[in-house]
Amino acid sequence: MNYSLMDLSAQLPEIVLASGICVLLIVDLFVRDSARDLSYLLAIFLLAGVAWVLIGIGPDSTAHFASGGSYVSDGLARVLKLFAVTAVATVFLYSRPWLRSRKLHLGEYYVLGLFGLLGIMVLASGYSLLVSYIGLEILSLSLYAMVAFDRDSSRSAEAAMKYFVLGAIASGTLLYGMSLVYGITGTLQIGELQTAIAAQADVVGLRVGLGFMVAGIAFKFGAVPFHMWVPDVYEGAPTPVTLYVGTAPKLGALALAVRILSEGSAGLASFWEPMLAALAVLSLILGNVAAIAQTNIRRMLAYSTISHVGFILLGLMAGSPGGIQAALFYTIVYVIMAAGAFGFLVMLGSQGQEVNDLDDLRGLWQRSPWFTLMMVLLMFSMAGVPPLAGFYAKWWVLSALLNAGYLGLAIVGVLTSVIGAFYYLRIIRLMLFDNGGTVSTVGIPLDLKLVLSVNALLLLGIGLFPDRLLDLCAYAAALI
Amino acid sequence: MGTLSILIWLPILGGLLVLAIGRTSAGKPSSDGAGLRADRLLALVVSVLSFLLSLPLWTDFNAATADMQFVERMSWIRAFNVEYYLGVDGFSMPLVMLTTFLTPIVLLAGWDSVRVRTAEYFAAFLILEGLMIGVFAAVDALLFYVFWEAMLIPMFIIIGVWGGERRIYATVKFFLYTFLGSVFMLIALIYLYLKSGSYSILVFHQLPLSQAEQTLIFLAFLAAFAVKVPMWPVHTWLPDAHVEAPTGGSVILAAVLLKMGGYGFIRFSLPIAPDASGHLSALMIFLSLVAVVYIGFVALVQQDMKKLIAYSSIAHMGFVTLGLFIAWPILARTGSTSGVAMGLSGAMLQMISHGFISGALFLCVGVLYDRMHSRKIADYGGVVNTMPRFAALMVFFALANAGLPGTSGFVGEFMVILASFKAGFWYAFLASITLILGAAYTLWLVKRVVFGAVANTAVASLVDISAREMLILVLVAGGVLWLGLWPAPIADVMSASVDHLATQIMQSKIQAGL
Repeated sequence: MNYSLMDLSAQLPEIVLASGICVLLIVDLFVRDSARDLSYLLAIFLLAGVAWVLIGIGPDSTAHFASGGSYVSDGLARVLKLFAVTAVATVFLYSRPWLRSRKLHLGEYYVLGLFGLLGIMVLASGYSLLVSYIGLEILSLSLYAMVAFDRDSSRSAEAAMKYFVLGAIASGTLLYGMSLVYGITGTLQIGELQTAIAAQADVVGLRVGLGFMVAGIAFKFGAVPFHMWVPDVYEGAPTPVTLYVGTAPKLGALALAVRILSEGSAGLASFWEPMLAALAVLSLILGNVAAIAQTNIRRMLAYSTISHVGFILLGLMAGSPGGIQAALFYTIVYVIMAAGAFGFLVMLGSQGQEVNDLDDLRGLWQRSPWFTLMMVLLMFSMAGVPPLAGFYAKWWVLSALLNAGYLGLAIVGVLTSVIGAFYYLRIIRLMLFDNGGTVSTVGIPLDLKLVLSVNALLLLGIGLFPDRLLDLCAYAAALI
Repeated sequence: MGTLSILIWLPILGGLLVLAIGRTSAGKPSSDGAGLRADRLLALVVSVLSFLLSLPLWTDFNAATADMQFVERMSWIRAFNVEYYLGVDGFSMPLVMLTTFLTPIVLLAGWDSVRVRTAEYFAAFLILEGLMIGVFAAVDALLFYVFWEAMLIPMFIIIGVWGGERRIYATVKFFLYTFLGSVFMLIALIYLYLKSGSYSILVFHQLPLSQAEQTLIFLAFLAAFAVKVPMWPVHTWLPDAHVEAPTGGSVILAAVLLKMGGYGFIRFSLPIAPDASGHLSALMIFLSLVAVVYIGFVALVQQDMKKLIAYSSIAHMGFVTLGLFIAWPILARTGSTSGVAMGLSGAMLQMISHGFISGALFLCVGVLYDRMHSRKIADYGGVVNTMPRFAALMVFFALANAGLPGTSGFVGEFMVILASFKAGFWYAFLASITLILGAAYTLWLVKRVVFGAVANTAVASLVDISAREMLILVLVAGGVLWLGLWPAPIADVMSASVDHLATQIMQSKIQAGL
């Protein structure tokens, strides 16, 4: 392999981020607990810097390769990275008051979060099975540590243990599948894989390898039947970590799926598309039905995540380019929605009012009418009711499905959405129609309130003017 | 900005403003209703202004053409060729007028009786008004769908917050029923887009489709519109929603929301899938007649005034679908289009008329409920003795509901029955049963509630209607009389569109397709 300076430009955002994290790690050592805000500010500053570098690349319509073709900076990578950086920054904004109130305001939270972001960015650009795997492990290891972050909580420890054991198995599965594919095709690079797989599509070993890889990807997404960790982790992790796990990593999982399946294994689409369809249908049905039975709001949102993943997988299986664009759009909108919903829980938790049961939200309108309205917007968006962004996400996936001729899957999609609407309505009902309860937003700092309001209103904004985000997703997937 | 955009966005923005004012003038909801005058006054001003601004739609309307008028068109979602495309024709313009006319009345109806969260109440109705006008004015199918679904949000909240005891059950049922029906329509719309490359409804009208495609599309639309009308057997959400909704909610639900189902058939099902409509017209007529006859009997045995009127609504809306789908038996039997046009205009007139009459009846029940806090028929009797002015108006509306000639209730039903006669005696015979049944349940209701001796002390202490209540009831009564005595203007307005639709549904779209 030969290196050139061009490599640097393609990898500049990651280089900036990695160096910044190292600086942060060292600085944090010398910061006293009372001045921990310095680490926070440094992390936000670093994210702003990475975003600046990313935007500086501009809407370049060509793909730049680096590291001998194992690393790519194309539209998809740039868009995913930009949204991942924004999502992580939003998570940090939400989290600080919560962490302070729990005396958990440690620099490690930011360092691990940033390392996770680095993993997501490597995943977004990884154009070789090995690079993707490394990106995935950077992300996963950060996540395991973050879930166990509150070391005095036995629930967190249990969740982290489960997550780690299952995640390690999934990583092993993925790696095993990769090794089989490598053994047969003799290449790890996605571009070369594309031609090699198309040429040897009927080799059984290749299909076995691909099957293992799909299972690994499904685990990282949290698709049924590889979803067991999702409710436990969402419930057990400290709320800001749940917020983190529920948002940015989905962008990484999408990148992994697009790179390996849609790009690398396009020649075997007839093999993995039915698998994705099965995963999607199971996720949609189980996610939505199980969510109805939950009384814990985080478990409910976890199952709701599973159902949203089903929709994303449906978009992916509908194929390029419309399906991938739709999946990307859905993922971005989902990340915004999840950031709002979990951010809301973090926000309430920062005042010591940890919301666990759905009933805790009862009568919220009496004390916090504005935030009830914001939460109502979020829930209607998740339910897919226009004019909120969630509707357009579902609409685009359905369009892609019908375009590819999958009428049956489209019908499953809409029917499960109706089931899903039921439990989102239940939250709205509790907040808006019932009386009682004690949770309120009184005393919550202004910046937090502002972030949540912007977050929720963004969904309405996208809903009224969906053009910009749709165009961005079309640009991102144009090269695939 | 054109007239239609103003009519859509003025109430929505006005509603948001009302919400903002309500917040600042009273930090928390007050129970006395005083001190909240600014928000409800603003709401009334906005709604009256909307009505005044909608008058040009009527005066400047060109009745000679079936084309869309007051058109506004600009790109909205370029990637999918979705447009912000508004316009009205002879079908939608009267429905827009109906909406703008009834909204101030609904706001006035809740003037004193809504005591909790008043700002939110008035804001919700204003936002709902804007969205409803959007549904009628949208010429782009996706825009239509966005308004159609968005409307569920304020309605869900109106029933859920200000409704009766079982309001949560009723509102969730309402939401899920409608949502379930609508998603199939979405799939049909996407399919039509993929086939035609546009979301314009007018392009859909021209699109050739095979018989199988048409049948599936028709059924998908049927799922959405039959729930909304509602047709038997997917009507069960309506009695619940009506009973639990606050008075204003019931009025809007009966007067405007149900019309969207009928409007949907006219705008989508008939012209987009004419062959399937013809193919399935027997089924549709059967369902309509079941609604007319069976639901009429169901209405007869109700103990709850609101429930009775709700069932009466279903029966009367059966006339609308009957008038629309009777076209094919007429064509099969006579081969002439004169009866077809009569059925279609009858259906349209029936929709407008039902908007006035059912709205008025719910207002009457609201007047009684505000005083007695009971909807049970058995709790009343002899209201005429204590509320003579009110009794006169209620009897008038009841007679209109029974289809008395000279009221609007007569015109639409009579036209549909006449059209049915052209299709065959038995159609007309079964449809005419409603005249007997309608008279039976409505007049029996009046007899038990209004007439007779004073039933109890609560009735004895009733106070007659105030000037405000008088005003809203008289306004609606004026509409009922106008439409009943002189329906020509409104029939003229829609005649070009009706003729156009009649030719559309007779043209097979299969031939051109293959």
